[in-house]
Amino acid sequence: MPLTPLRKVLANGVTVVVQENHPMPAVSLVAAQRAGGYNDPDGREGTAALLARVLDRGTTTRTADEIADDLDGRGASLSVSAGRHQVGVSATCLVDDFVPVLAIVADVLRSPVFPEHDVATRRSEIVTTIRQEEDDPASVAVNRLFRELYGAHPYGRRVRGTVESVERLTRDDLVRFHQGHFPPAGLTVVAVGGLQAGDMLDQVAAAFGAWPAGPAMSRLQVPEAPPTAARRQFAIAMPDKSQSDVAYGFVGIRRTDPGFMAASVMNNALGQYALGGRLGDSIRERQGMAYYVFSALDAGHGPGPLMIRAGVAAENVARTIASIDTELDIIRSDGFSEKEIAESKQYLAGSLPRQLETNAGIAAFLLNAELFDLGPDYDQRLPDLIRGVTRDAAVDAARRLFDPRCATVVVAGPSSEEPRP
Amino acid sequence: MQVREAVLDNGLKVLVQEVHTSPLASVWCWYRVGSRDEGPGVTGVSHWVEHMNFKGTTNIPRDQVKGIIEQFGGSWNGYTWIDQTTYLETASTEALDRMLFIEAERMDRCLYEPSECESERTVIISELQGGENDPEQLLDMEVTATAFKMHPYRHPTIGWQSDVETMTREDLYGHYRRYYTPSNATLVIVGDVDTDDVLRRVEREFGGISGGPAPERRRCVEPPQGAERRVTLRKEGTTAYWKAAFHAPAFGDAGFFPLLVADAVLSGAAGLNIWSAGRVPRPQRSARLYRALVDTGLASSVGGALMPTAQPFLYELSATVAEGQSLAAVEDAILRELDRLSRAGITPRELDKARAQLRARFVFDMDGVTDMAHQLGYFETIGSWRDALDMGARLAAVSLADVQKAASQTFVSSNRTVGWFEPQADPCR
Repeated sequence: MPLTPLRKVLANGVTVVVQENHPMPAVSLVAAQRAGGYNDPDGREGTAALLARVLDRGTTTRTADEIADDLDGRGASLSVSAGRHQVGVSATCLVDDFVPVLAIVADVLRSPVFPEHDVATRRSEIVTTIRQEEDDPASVAVNRLFRELYGAHPYGRRVRGTVESVERLTRDDLVRFHQGHFPPAGLTVVAVGGLQAGDMLDQVAAAFGAWPAGPAMSRLQVPEAPPTAARRQFAIAMPDKSQSDVAYGFVGIRRTDPGFMAASVMNNALGQYALGGRLGDSIRERQGMAYYVFSALDAGHGPGPLMIRAGVAAENVARTIASIDTELDIIRSDGFSEKEIAESKQYLAGSLPRQLETNAGIAAFLLNAELFDLGPDYDQRLPDLIRGVTRDAAVDAARRLFDPRCATVVVAGPSSEEPRP
Repeated sequence: MQVREAVLDNGLKVLVQEVHTSPLASVWCWYRVGSRDEGPGVTGVSHWVEHMNFKGTTNIPRDQVKGIIEQFGGSWNGYTWIDQTTYLETASTEALDRMLFIEAERMDRCLYEPSECESERTVIISELQGGENDPEQLLDMEVTATAFKMHPYRHPTIGWQSDVETMTREDLYGHYRRYYTPSNATLVIVGDVDTDDVLRRVEREFGGISGGPAPERRRCVEPPQGAERRVTLRKEGTTAYWKAAFHAPAFGDAGFFPLLVADAVLSGAAGLNIWSAGRVPRPQRSARLYRALVDTGLASSVGGALMPTAQPFLYELSATVAEGQSLAAVEDAILRELDRLSRAGITPRELDKARAQLRARFVFDMDGVTDMAHQLGYFETIGSWRDALDMGARLAAVSLADVQKAASQTFVSSNRTVGWFEPQADPCR
């Protein structure tokens, strides 16, 4: 059953996409503004993240308590999050509450006041979250990998910022960020649920249409990130922990890269299919070393990483890294089998209906299609795009994306030994 | 929602619900066995058995497990908890026969190759140790084990590591044979299917599996707690965590919904789907504990959890102490709120709000065929699948007096176990 979304760009530039879906009387709403941690000023990392935490704490016409009482009284859920390239407001509500909840979403995006008290309290919350991450081997390993892979490139910075940068942030930083990065032309609103599509479109247009147009959005140009030229390994000792986390990665590609689809199929065969593709076969299934091992390709507006992750006992760290090296070398030299690539393609194409099982799943899919200009019929074109990837293209993607001799490897956990080069 | 119930001659209960909004079907097979059926020496056996039941059967050779559902674009998974073990596949409807075949094989014909058992032992130890990396999970394990003196709800579902290290293949296989029988199982199919057609297919796949009575489950009643219990966990870390567990009613007890309303007032309604828990954040900005702890900056998060269980389990409250604040201050603030609730109850407006939140959550709990099938099967393992569709009536019957009674019975010091995680500075950093 193909999606049949209605799409409209309002006079002020807000893009609206709606899809009717009736298994239950609820609506999922996502409103994404095209600005995130990437846009944080230097030295003020964490601005978008703090803004997201304070955005719904009061507007020019509603206090934080009024917003909370209204939403909680309906059992509606609203949350705001910041990513690298967007600040997103997500809401889930019953169909009868759609219009009032929509009004609150529009209000917090357009007219937040960022009360001083909330700026201070939420700033301290983010500091606590950063401290929690410092105690989590998986977060420690991944954060360090990003820093080492990207260095001075904007992707080397964390969306959440550092304790130092966050403690420096003031209400003025949030006001400035909101003034500079929240024009209607940068906003996409997606609603999916059990109402007539035409009605939802009109309701969203009514909620956001009165917002005066601002400047046009300039085209986002994320700079290239130089690939690493040599193998580097880092160990972070966390002696009181029970097991180690390995983060092993490379600078990857953009979503717009012509090789994206081949790289996705390759990534599935490498570290996703069933219990973790090739890597799972070796490290979990044959050697019994890890509960989780997988690869992830983060291709977005800029060249996010191709990352391999595993959680293993300290004494198995060296063997795990050697096994990853071996699997990558074998793929580079011998490629994948026809069967492996056929299976991954079959899986990725066949899993589309599952991605679209829930209102929230459909909303995420439509938002992604909108953000990357994939077209309103992307759900119908995607299976053929996946099936069109050849084995050779997948192997080429592997050779282009990884070479163990240039891997950056980070281990965080009870083993303080430097992993063997 | 129209649900058809059927029972095969061998005792297998089958639940089918047609949902035709997308070309998917979700199949869940549930067994009434969980960590509460385990004794000392074999803690974690139910969970390990769950892992082994993905490792080849008489008619699905080990090397054909990989891809068996993925080739239909499907996903599979499973989980074990205190009262139940379950397995699921969600895939396009054309995979229906395949999904039923997998579950029939799993019920009766798993292999338990000794080398596979050994290989999985270390995978499970890795899973267990990964959990221990999280101080909140460590604290939860300590608090739960302290709150129960003898009821098997006390041990973690994954088991104690010493048992995982020493259990044998025979322990695993014996457990599998004892509990994996048609009369101890419920098969749930929800999706783009025709009910009569599904029942014919189920009969074909499962009808030949020999029956027998459902195994007896352990009978055990936790003695009343007579005094407050406390644990303090000191370990390297950066953040302090506070937790309290109170003995609480089972899902079928009259006191369950009143306490669920109390939880909504304290920390916002979280719903009753443990599979999708957390997918939709709970509405809690106006909740009492949020206002008393998070808005004041004492804690960066606070939440309550009343899980639907077959026998009386725990109501748990957890808080993350904000940077620069103290465990003692967080504890004082929470206990003050609990005391206020016990003495003065809740207001009519709060009751209305809690009901509205829970009604909405019961809708969100059913988002998609996978969640719908989960809810039917889950409640069948702790009572009846009809409970999943009948929450509104029990919720509507809750009165202000019921909530205060539940609170005043639950939130007394002699019914609580308090846990502190006190982070210690890491000498290496």
